Amino acid sequence: MTAADAVVWTAILLGGVATFAIRGSFVFLYGRLDLPALAEAALGYVPAAVLAALVVPAVLTVDGTPVVETGLGPVAAGRALLASDRVLAGALAAVVAYYTEDVLPTIVVGMAALLALGAV
Amino acid sequence: MPVSDDFYAGVRDVAPVVVGIIPFGLIAGAAAVDAGLSGLQAVGLSVIVFAGASQLAAIELLGDNAPLVVVVATIIVVNLRMLMYSASIAPQFREVAARWKALMAYVLTDQAYAMSLTTFRERDVARRGYYLGTAMPLWVVWQICTIVGVVVGARVPAWLPLDFALPLVFLALLVPAIESASTAAAGLVGGSLATLGVGLPYELGLPLGAVAGVVVGLATAPVARLARGVTGR
Repeated sequence: MTAADAVVWTAILLGGVATFAIRGSFVFLYGRLDLPALAEAALGYVPAAVLAALVVPAVLTVDGTPVVETGLGPVAAGRALLASDRVLAGALAAVVAYYTEDVLPTIVVGMAALLALGAV
Repeated sequence: MPVSDDFYAGVRDVAPVVVGIIPFGLIAGAAAVDAGLSGLQAVGLSVIVFAGASQLAAIELLGDNAPLVVVVATIIVVNLRMLMYSASIAPQFREVAARWKALMAYVLTDQAYAMSLTTFRERDVARRGYYLGTAMPLWVVWQICTIVGVVVGARVPAWLPLDFALPLVFLALLVPAIESASTAAAGLVGGSLATLGVGLPYELGLPLGAVAGVVVGLATAPVARLARGVTGR
């Protein structure tokens, strides 16, 4: 079920204001605001941590259900993962992303692989 | 050199990058209507938030009826990296008038930041003109692509797994972000915990995984440095 209209609009407005504040922070307060070293180091890990938290569950689950049976042993689970269309298509797309660092070929190869594997 | 010449220099330099955001923008529109948002809400996201990865994350959460606070917190966390861009580009803009700074902050993106800062280091261009030359085409094309995505997205055939396009976009951004052992550890922990947390209430798996990933990245950084020292690299 999708969130109610009011929730969607409030999320857009609050998200927009917060994002503008992040973007403008140092541009507006140049010379008056210093980022502590620890905070700067932490920011360096945000992309990897956040993006992985978005990608991995989306590949391994469909509508909240895991693509493989849970409660399997490590070997059986590994084998089941390797037999999953979404995992294989995702792995192939990751290789393309590594070599091209480009969104378009990654999407095209990943979607095509998922469709092709589904047709097998 | 007048400002407008540098504006056009920015437009020329950013042109190939602009082409690259087209599929991403189309998905931002199509995925929003696919998740149950209205066309106006999809465009509202692109105009008001104007940050692709956070828009897609918000769309996914809103489609799952996640609570407001989780959606807003996720947008903030995904966009926190721009705090670094803001800090790093701020000295370049210190001579710019405050009224221009507001516009320049609003259109700050990964692409405009990277392109402008690289050029500022290489040659002397008008800061405001060149920067806006890189940033504005990205903004215009992003909005057009969102609208096209909204229109086309409602007509995507059912056999096309559009829901899989979202993780693929994030994947294309994730792979280059893994640039060291400690960023890999951050990604591994963030991804694993978020997956284990899929059943958690309020869609909390995502923010919990992300925060844990950042902590592990910080914690493993000294170990990774030590390992590099030992192997002599």
